[in-house]
Amino acid sequence: MSLLLSVLEQGLIYAILALGVYITFKILDFPDMSVDSTFPLGAAITALMISNGISPLLTLPASIAAGAAAGAVTGIIHVRFKVRDLLSGIIVMTGLYSVNLHIAGRANVQLFSFDTIFKNPRMTALPPEISPYAPVIVLAVITLVVKLVMDAYLATRSGFLLKATGDNPTLVATLAQDSGKVKILGLSIANGLVALSGCIMCQYQRYFDISMGTGTLVLAVASVIVGTQLLRGLRFLQATTAVVLGSILYKGCVALALSLGLSPFDLKLVTAALLLIIIVAGGHRKKVKHHA
Amino acid sequence: MLELRSIVKVYQGGTVNETCLFDDFSLTIPDRQFVCVVGSNGSGKTSLLNIICGSIPIDEGNIFIGGENITAMPEHRRHRRIGRVYQDPARGTCPSMTILENMSMADNKGKPFNLLPCVNRKKTDEYRSMLAQLGLGLEDKMGVKVGNLSGGQRQAMALLMSTMTPIEFLILDEHTAALDPKTAEIIMQLTGKIVAEKQLTTIMVTHNLRYAVEYGDRLLMMHQGRAELDLSGDARKALKVEDLLGKFNEISIECGN
Repeated sequence: MSLLLSVLEQGLIYAILALGVYITFKILDFPDMSVDSTFPLGAAITALMISNGISPLLTLPASIAAGAAAGAVTGIIHVRFKVRDLLSGIIVMTGLYSVNLHIAGRANVQLFSFDTIFKNPRMTALPPEISPYAPVIVLAVITLVVKLVMDAYLATRSGFLLKATGDNPTLVATLAQDSGKVKILGLSIANGLVALSGCIMCQYQRYFDISMGTGTLVLAVASVIVGTQLLRGLRFLQATTAVVLGSILYKGCVALALSLGLSPFDLKLVTAALLLIIIVAGGHRKKVKHHA
Repeated sequence: MLELRSIVKVYQGGTVNETCLFDDFSLTIPDRQFVCVVGSNGSGKTSLLNIICGSIPIDEGNIFIGGENITAMPEHRRHRRIGRVYQDPARGTCPSMTILENMSMADNKGKPFNLLPCVNRKKTDEYRSMLAQLGLGLEDKMGVKVGNLSGGQRQAMALLMSTMTPIEFLILDEHTAALDPKTAEIIMQLTGKIVAEKQLTTIMVTHNLRYAVEYGDRLLMMHQGRAELDLSGDARKALKVEDLLGKFNEISIECGN
């Protein structure tokens, strides 16, 4: 039971990350490496704020803002200075590593003695029948809000332009809109969500670690692909819902494999192999461009 | 009025493969003129359109619209008054969106792309009647993703979408070349109708000499970055397909083709 709960909890935290990466990877077709550093960026800001006694609730908008700013930098490097997408992300990822260290002050920050969104006087006042489920309820609410806001955004004119930019930038230009600006906006929103996920993860595990971002992009891409490929038979499912479910499913598979005796040493290798199998089987190979 | 003044365009400048396409090229197109542009491959037809739209930079010269110098204006800003349809039907529509969503997005051109909802259900009937005039049955497929339509259907949509909102110029880049003869005919008739209704200044590049003779009121034959033939008025009206083909062959023989 506790295994199931922790799978759900972590799956929901990473679902926010996956929703962010869904924007760059799926909608914009942009391999955004900067998420490996914007995830810990959210965590670093959270650690700094909480250890200074600032309300844990305020860490959420602060992380989103910081992540959005970092995403915009990736976008500006790519669009204005015409640096290739992968390289722009790597540049920001590398630079942010030092920024994260500066923000947090050191490579590890523990928050065990501070209040978080999961552990505070209001939570401890809950009756004992509910309190084990409190974190998963908090997370479900946050993730649901993020998903609904994203759904609403994608139905707006700005959201349509975002989808069109990934689909057919030529059309965006003929609509008299700057696809570069749209890309910057998309990267900004995506990294805002990624940093929010990092912020929540930091409060969930109650410590910040500078290396917590390693492999973030791969993990998120795995969730996005599991969600959109495995669940694509269920046509009534919205893409954002599929991504959330994909994240939980992915976490579940990892937990199951570990509990069945898979050595943590082999975890990354098995992940890579599984990802490859899903990609090949799902036909998610090199995108066939519909326009020359 | 659209004016190109002394345009110079060099490809691969500074390398051994340097080729000068346009050298001191000038062209003036008065308002509401329908210009057909023909010419062999590499004669500069598409480059001409790309220069007008700002899709490629020029090395020297100036471009004016109605007296305003737009040489430094980026592509997307120029498209506020320009509608463009490409040869590839996939370039004018968004494949992952439905017909209704594509139409809604095109309808929003010229307005800010803000946080208001993009699809206005009240306008569905209006879009439906616009699609119905194509006679392609698209009006009953509002919820179908455009990626699932045929090339002809997509091109018809691209043409509708590019002319939905008020524009001054319509740029057609071999927009019937990828279609079967029957569909090409439908698209061409629709083009003529829209241009006449909206009184658009139109530049159409085509390889179909019959269309070049049947449509428009001015004809340009491009060759090596120059307008080898520029007919308007009575000379243009008297033009026959055979004359055009003759001239075409003449130029080709000169080049040794």
